[in-house]
Amino acid sequence: MNGVTVRETRLQRHARAPWRGLALYLLSVPATLVGLWFITVVSMITSFVGVLLFPSAAMLLRTQLDAYRSRINKWTGVRVQRPYLPEQETEPGVLGMIKRFVGLASDPATWRDYLWVVADPIVALFTAALPGMLILYGVWGYALATFAGGLIGHYGGSDWYTWIHVDSGYDRSAERIVSTVVVATVCIVVGYLIGPKMLTVYGHWGRLLLGPTRKSELALRVRHLQESRSEAVDASAAELRRIERDLHDGAQARLVAMGMSLGAIEHLLDRDPEKARILLAETRASSAKALSELRDLVRGIHPPVLADRGVGDAVKALALDHPLRPEVNVELPGRPEPPVESAAYFAVSEILTNAAKHSGASRVWIDVRYERGMLRITVTDDGRGGARMEDGTGLRGIERRIGTFDGVLALSSPVGGPTIVTLELPCALSSPKTSPS
Amino acid sequence: MRVVLAEDLALLREGLVSLLESHDFEIAAAVDNGPSLLKALVDHRPDVAVVDVRLPPSFTDEGLQAALEARRRVPGLPVLVLSQYVEQLYARELLADGSGGIGYLLKDRVFDAAQFVDAVRRVAAGGTAMDPEVISRLVASSTRDTPLARLTPRESEVLELMAQGRSNAAIAEKLVITERAVTKHTANIFAKLDLPVTGDDNRRVLAVLAYLNR
Repeated sequence: MNGVTVRETRLQRHARAPWRGLALYLLSVPATLVGLWFITVVSMITSFVGVLLFPSAAMLLRTQLDAYRSRINKWTGVRVQRPYLPEQETEPGVLGMIKRFVGLASDPATWRDYLWVVADPIVALFTAALPGMLILYGVWGYALATFAGGLIGHYGGSDWYTWIHVDSGYDRSAERIVSTVVVATVCIVVGYLIGPKMLTVYGHWGRLLLGPTRKSELALRVRHLQESRSEAVDASAAELRRIERDLHDGAQARLVAMGMSLGAIEHLLDRDPEKARILLAETRASSAKALSELRDLVRGIHPPVLADRGVGDAVKALALDHPLRPEVNVELPGRPEPPVESAAYFAVSEILTNAAKHSGASRVWIDVRYERGMLRITVTDDGRGGARMEDGTGLRGIERRIGTFDGVLALSSPVGGPTIVTLELPCALSSPKTSPS
Repeated sequence: MRVVLAEDLALLREGLVSLLESHDFEIAAAVDNGPSLLKALVDHRPDVAVVDVRLPPSFTDEGLQAALEARRRVPGLPVLVLSQYVEQLYARELLADGSGGIGYLLKDRVFDAAQFVDAVRRVAAGGTAMDPEVISRLVASSTRDTPLARLTPRESEVLELMAQGRSNAAIAEKLVITERAVTKHTANIFAKLDLPVTGDDNRRVLAVLAYLNR
């Protein structure tokens, strides 16, 4: 999940890319050490000690390479996901240990990780690190031209800056100094220019070895589907139980009471018409109450406007009833499938409740649109920000529920605000809507 | 007074027919779906229409759509919309043309025949009949409006009843105060909300609704 998205200007990207590349290159130092440890453990595999240590070494390697993944995701515009096959539940005992070993050793990603550790220092040098190196070389060139070249010549040293000879005659040769400055400038300019491009190239290299293969992609997908399916089943079962309980304790009970009252009224009609009249009034009130409870229940299951008009107008209706009176902008050329509409509606409803409860916002904007096969809903508030997925504000729950439809939720909430929650649900739209907006 | 009625549940439709007939209304047509409702409204041009929001064939807001369309073709056609639930969104759409002759009530209100018939008559006469639930939700969701907060509790009560479309006499009866007191309260309300004063009851109600709808 990408949390906070910070937009960079092009200039900033060019200015930062070379140093990011160098940072990525420096990551290879700890990675190589971990790789050495890993291969040591592998070499001991014929003994029990190797089997014992293998899982922890493989895990250490994974954590180490996650540092690459997160930086590549953040800096290069190439997305690299964790490729590892889902792990089985760990069993205790020797058997469990051996199973874990087999599981990890048979995951191709474990070996691709090692390949990365070995190959990356070389590849990184010629891709990510190259711009930074060029710039440093350029800076060295300036240093030579201004004072270092003279010093080297003075102490009888001899060096080469590209094809320029730095020796005792260097600081007296205007031609050599000018060439040095020109070459250095070219190095720096080229370094800054190619920085982002090189990072992207490096990102692709990262995806090649650090990203999932087709097979592990499928395995991960299966796991995701299993999880979201069981969550969906659990959620709908819980929902049915709630409805059953509400009906049982609410409308059903009231109808029983009304039936009893009507019986009593029948009985009283001749003997005590005055009392019968009072009971009748009570029964009527009771029936109105039952209706209003049913209405609330229906609203919670599937709001009428959602059924009538679809998610656009339903969100508008929601906004009208909300104390913050959010501004709603809807651009939907048709209606998504009903389950998606319902999931989106309840997600917005919950986000609005959150906004009212936690954010201290005074204004809220909701934007509903359809773009590139996605229903995209953005809820922005001008509150104090600082919201986090982990705060138990229900955002995790929303994420899980829309996850059933492969929907994703992104939260941007810097301290001081604004808070922006974005939902994206892949879906198809049905026939254009006919109702007026 | 001629009525066109649209309700898809036979039991309820017959109940409404007998209720209205027993109060000297003439049923011009009683239909059970959206398309025939629109046709009946445009053909018969009744004095008032009583319409269920949800109608076949689509079982969505077909009745509401037909009523809105009929009012576009026959401006000011009085329509009383009945529904199992009330939505501010729909209330806004009904009130949008600002011409009155609009009612929007929960179906429960039929329980009280006298009040219901009174609401139908009011709408037929070009007035409004808004469900108390619509109004209370309108008021509740305008909490940001400070002028509303300046109203006294009694004035708020008067405001809600007035927004429902009730006359001064009816408000006085309901709150057990004199009509003069009601007139005084309404004057105060209009002053506090900065609304133009008008002698016309209907226009007064529409002004209040427009204010709450902002």
